[in-house]
Amino acid sequence: MTEKVFPLLHLLRVRAHQGHRTISYPNGPAPQLPERYRGLPRIDPSKCRDGCKACVDACPVEAVSIGPGGPRIDLGRCLFCRECSDACPTGALRYTQDFRMAARTREDLIVGQEGLRLAEALDKKSRALFGHSLKLRQVSAGGCNGCEAEINVLGTVVFDLGRFGIQIVASPRHADGLLITGPVTQNMRLALQKTYDAVPSPKIVVAVGGCAIAGGPFRDHPQVMNGAGAVVPVDLYVPGCPPHPLTILDGLLRLLGRIQQGETRHESPSP
Amino acid sequence: MTPMQIVTFRNPQALRLDAVSVIDMQAFQTTITTAVQHGERVAALFGWQMPSGVVRLYVVLADDARHELSAMAADVRTTYPTLTLRCPQVHLFEREIFEQTGAFPEGHPWIKPVRAHDIPLGEPGDKSASDKAVPLRHPFFSMTGEDVHEVAVGPVHAGVIEPGHFRFQCHGEVVHHLEIHLGYQHRGVEEALTGGPHKRTLLQMETVAGDTTIGHATAYCQIVETLSGVEPPPRAQALRAVALELERLANHVGDMGALASDIGFLPTASYCGRLRGDFLNMTALVCGSRLGRGLLRPGGVAFDMSEAQVKEVLRRLERAERDVREAVDLFFETDSVMERLQNTGVLTAEACQDMGIVGMAARASGLARDARADHPSGWYRNGGAPVAVWRGGDVLARAMVRRLEIERSTAFVRQHIATLPSGPVLAACPPLKPDLFAVALIEGWRGELVHAAITDAQGRFARYKVVDPSFHNWTGLALTLRGQQISDFPLCNKSFNLSYCGFDL
Repeated sequence: MTEKVFPLLHLLRVRAHQGHRTISYPNGPAPQLPERYRGLPRIDPSKCRDGCKACVDACPVEAVSIGPGGPRIDLGRCLFCRECSDACPTGALRYTQDFRMAARTREDLIVGQEGLRLAEALDKKSRALFGHSLKLRQVSAGGCNGCEAEINVLGTVVFDLGRFGIQIVASPRHADGLLITGPVTQNMRLALQKTYDAVPSPKIVVAVGGCAIAGGPFRDHPQVMNGAGAVVPVDLYVPGCPPHPLTILDGLLRLLGRIQQGETRHESPSP
Repeated sequence: MTPMQIVTFRNPQALRLDAVSVIDMQAFQTTITTAVQHGERVAALFGWQMPSGVVRLYVVLADDARHELSAMAADVRTTYPTLTLRCPQVHLFEREIFEQTGAFPEGHPWIKPVRAHDIPLGEPGDKSASDKAVPLRHPFFSMTGEDVHEVAVGPVHAGVIEPGHFRFQCHGEVVHHLEIHLGYQHRGVEEALTGGPHKRTLLQMETVAGDTTIGHATAYCQIVETLSGVEPPPRAQALRAVALELERLANHVGDMGALASDIGFLPTASYCGRLRGDFLNMTALVCGSRLGRGLLRPGGVAFDMSEAQVKEVLRRLERAERDVREAVDLFFETDSVMERLQNTGVLTAEACQDMGIVGMAARASGLARDARADHPSGWYRNGGAPVAVWRGGDVLARAMVRRLEIERSTAFVRQHIATLPSGPVLAACPPLKPDLFAVALIEGWRGELVHAAITDAQGRFARYKVVDPSFHNWTGLALTLRGQQISDFPLCNKSFNLSYCGFDL
């Protein structure tokens, strides 16, 4: 009865019940990821049998190659489907629970025994500009709504992107950069180019997901451009199909110099 | 109702290709119109460019009342009289056939490409490229008159959403006509399937529409299974149904939050935004991916659930159910929310019938259309499909259908996850058999997904057709805007929440 008369009381009761849900990462531990989550692959070439290339043959997207140092996975092409680790007879290749995978260059995404070089921060001048306030315009250019959905999740109370001064804005004119998803279809190429041109310089570009990095499952289709890099220069690559929201968040914070620890991924996620 | 020459079958099923009669165009069209007059729907209509150069049109009709599907075909050389004037629900299929095969429907009232855009000339980064570009070859429908004006929105929108172009013809604030132009997301999905299955096919099916990963992957797996004569083990079928309902729950809960967000009711927006993630995380518990990537395989599923995982999902489900109910009840108990939803964006049952609207949009207009009940496959053959129907056809009704489906799907998951049959979860799938015609229908969270395939003499796909519910329902959204304030568009759009890439393929 009281609630009917005072709806605000009811609203406050519900608010109290729903609780505080924002994760403490990166200042505290990241939430526990499920056992079956497939993050940064770990490769142990000492377990490889001579001449075995089961992982290469199994990969549906030509992400795995064998070099002098053993198998290498291009995380830009990898869709984390685990065909390679399933095919490996010796467990030389397996996916870990490390969600930190964003890198600054395409070459850095090619992972071998030595692990991955995590994204370094922008230079001092760019950090002074963007470090405490980064406005991004999202452009879906053939994205399946998987990456888009996980970017949207960053705006929920769980991740609360706003607490880092990062915000998705409605106009490229208000933006410091673009967050691009999808393989860049021929039909979106012009719109993407125009949106990029409309962002005032200096500007940054983040390619989110396997499609935006290298075309994803649609690589080499005549209808797509095999990723954002074919149209605009890319400053940060976030692998995954789609990337876990934590992977995107971690990448953005590294780019801004808000996280620095962990040069390679072969350590447990930050405490 | 169905004449003798029309083969009828159940979902999902593979037939010998020569069992699908090829009849003359007039009989083909008359059969379709008669069936539709008797309450059947055109689930799919597509062209197959045969090696001989002839274009063969195939239709799949759905008789929901009798739980039956039927199929037939007719050949076209270059043109045929349009069926759209007699049967409006085929309007977009005929445009698609024209675009894909060149077969021209004479007399079609609005023939223009569905997905093709002219590609801008010049190399990327070439500043003159945008000047040379001719993005659209065909004019939009336009109105003239005093105080009439046109509003163009997109392809790049203000939010984190996929691209599409919306062209409104307005008189003052009132929309008289909305034309939705898509195709920006076209990635060549169907074209790539020809000659398949390929190594990448399953990955592509999981991303036809990324929020419907389980739905499209299930439809594809059922096609492969029927074409290779394999029945997935019962435990796999049950796990697929559980995953499909978890996908529905995540999307519906997210949509409740998005509706709340669009009308500025922030408590429900923020609670449901968080709770959507709780359902995604249940799927991730099963297969490692929040969207269900990697869960399905032709022949079953790639991941089994341990007893501990079942217990954990049940535990999380109980908490999420309580929190969702609280957040959603708060939404519906608020007078200002109800005021905003009632009578906004009405889609009549007649319009749904005429335009072949499917899924929750149809159910919100009082039509009990649901492939889980009408054409059950897999685990849904055991009955108990959590179907929900509401009347009114407005934004409120579409929200109510989601509310009811959230309750019923939660109960479905709880029941079936606790009583999973024992046994293996994956059966071996031999190569596909040659010269077959297969159809699979799945009720995804938006509505009916139709996959149809024809195999060649080597057992490869000669033609593969995907119909996402968005293919039908974008027209429904356009109709709801007629006579509506243009400022109601975001809310109406959100109440449908259609897929751009699922349409664009």
